[in-house]
Amino acid sequence: MEPITRFAAHAVPIDRPNVDTDQITPARYLQKPRSAPFGDFLFRDLRFNADGTEKPDFVLNTPFRREARIVVAEDNFGCGSSREHAVWALYDFGIRAVIAPSFGDIFAANAAKNGLLTVVLPAKTVQGMIAALNAEPDLEIAVDLPNQTVSLPNGPAHRFEIDPHRKQLLLNGLDELGFTLGQIATIEAFEKTYAG
Amino acid sequence: MLRQRGLRPRVPERAFATPDHYVPTSGRDLQAIQDPEKRAMADALRTDSAAAGIAFFGLDDPRQGIVHVVAPEQGMSRPGMLIVCGDSHTSTHGALGALAFGIGASEVAHVLATQTLWQRRPATLRVTVSGRLGTHITAKDLILALIAQIGAAGATGHAVEYAGEAVEALSVEGRMTLCNMTIEAGGRAGLIAPDATTFAYLKGRPFAPEGAAWDRAVHAWRELAGDPGAAFDREVEIDASSIEPMVTWGNSPQDALPIGGMIPDPAAAPAGERREAMARTLAYMGLEPGQALTDVTVDRVFIGSCTNGRLEDLQSAAEVVCGRKVASGVEAWIVPGSGPVKASAEALGLDRVFKDAGFQWREPGCSMCLGTNGDQVPAGQRCASTTNRNFVGRQGPGSRTHLMSPAMAAAAAVTGRLTDVRRLLVEG
Repeated sequence: MEPITRFAAHAVPIDRPNVDTDQITPARYLQKPRSAPFGDFLFRDLRFNADGTEKPDFVLNTPFRREARIVVAEDNFGCGSSREHAVWALYDFGIRAVIAPSFGDIFAANAAKNGLLTVVLPAKTVQGMIAALNAEPDLEIAVDLPNQTVSLPNGPAHRFEIDPHRKQLLLNGLDELGFTLGQIATIEAFEKTYAG
Repeated sequence: MLRQRGLRPRVPERAFATPDHYVPTSGRDLQAIQDPEKRAMADALRTDSAAAGIAFFGLDDPRQGIVHVVAPEQGMSRPGMLIVCGDSHTSTHGALGALAFGIGASEVAHVLATQTLWQRRPATLRVTVSGRLGTHITAKDLILALIAQIGAAGATGHAVEYAGEAVEALSVEGRMTLCNMTIEAGGRAGLIAPDATTFAYLKGRPFAPEGAAWDRAVHAWRELAGDPGAAFDREVEIDASSIEPMVTWGNSPQDALPIGGMIPDPAAAPAGERREAMARTLAYMGLEPGQALTDVTVDRVFIGSCTNGRLEDLQSAAEVVCGRKVASGVEAWIVPGSGPVKASAEALGLDRVFKDAGFQWREPGCSMCLGTNGDQVPAGQRCASTTNRNFVGRQGPGSRTHLMSPAMAAAAAVTGRLTDVRRLLVEG
């Protein structure tokens, strides 16, 4: 996966709360291997009709959204099922950051392990961004992970908090398992003393 | 993921596997799975478990079922354990006093390879349920009422402990329903302090300790309950006696109302996105503002899942169904949560009660909760369901789900509409 540092990109506003992982990647794609084109499954039933034609009203099918690398969403984005496929679909579509007032906990954990940044900002700030994106679809949002900020053109830099461990994984495109295996001696030492 | 990196499970004897999402409920033959990718996935679970030395209950094993039903039932999930599984409803096991939560596929691989997981300590939320639940009001009604109160993101970032008189009075099965749907309030883990009810449930189960080891275990488990003055980051209180039978009307579990209620009117919601979202929901669900919930007719009834697929759930449904028939035009299914649940129900004659009424009595699995095995609600059809999610398309593309307790789902089956089960049982 790609490291994330600083980038500016078009963004997709998803102006509805509680977007669940069933919407992001419907369950009928869960048996697909990671190598499958998950970007095609992103928001499948909101984006496409049953016959595979596009739903022209859905935001991902409107100008400037197809090349978007950022999603701006409402409360509780990624709630529900633990399926990592939801993160894969966003990543394969090209999304590298999601900005929302809150996230499903499991989704946020999955995101950090797959090169997808989750940015938590106050609801008012997010609503302002969504309104701006709806008014001017070609706006680019700038993401600065080292400094933990996101900003609209000519707007203030909104600072966000991120777990330092997750920040390291994302900044370096680090694989968490490889990182932990580097500390296997600590695990072995613990196991010698653990009776449970 | 492990094989690609040349890794093996580090402590296979601490892992367990059973197929649930993809198994057919019409029979017990994996080869009956039509989709080659799904069949390969179910096969891989068996062969990979065998190669790694991981205990596996396959379709030919009478103990197979939904993992969140099977592990507690076998006594594998015990107080004080840290339990993870690649499924968000792993919170279920917190009913035994374990810290249990769902993880994604990468974290499953991480745990298998290293027997560790990187975690920040979550914030804590205590839900105190005072008083007693009314007659025919269940843990499902309680959790739906709680989610309606605090919202689908109400417990995000929190581990939730359930306490209070009404929680203590619940069976372990009811406690599992409560902990199971914690994730529907955004909380990854829900748990209940182990007590005499927990110990009585576990004693004698196949994987529970025996003899002196049992005594030592209970002694240790008694130490797990929080101190009386323990502080929580947040507290929520709810009065059990105020809770009515609950049903959902929308596409989020927080869209729950007492059965005596009416479909809300988007015009009464705050202008803007919330109003549009509600209007979109009513259009998807095929409902009218102001419509009485009891005027909503159903096409299907599904009783099962990790939320409500245990023996107590089937007993409470059977009590309603006994001596009645499934309403004309309604297709009603019972999918027991595990092989032992099915066998116990059959020993009590519940299968006859359901079959005589016109229900289908099927094999254990996740089935129509999410339809990955092909058991789906057709587009436009409305299903009274004892499951945990009423999301758009959850039970199949275009499906319309109303969540409720097993007794309420049974009442919907025999009347053909959403019905206050207390009416049937008082009259009955």
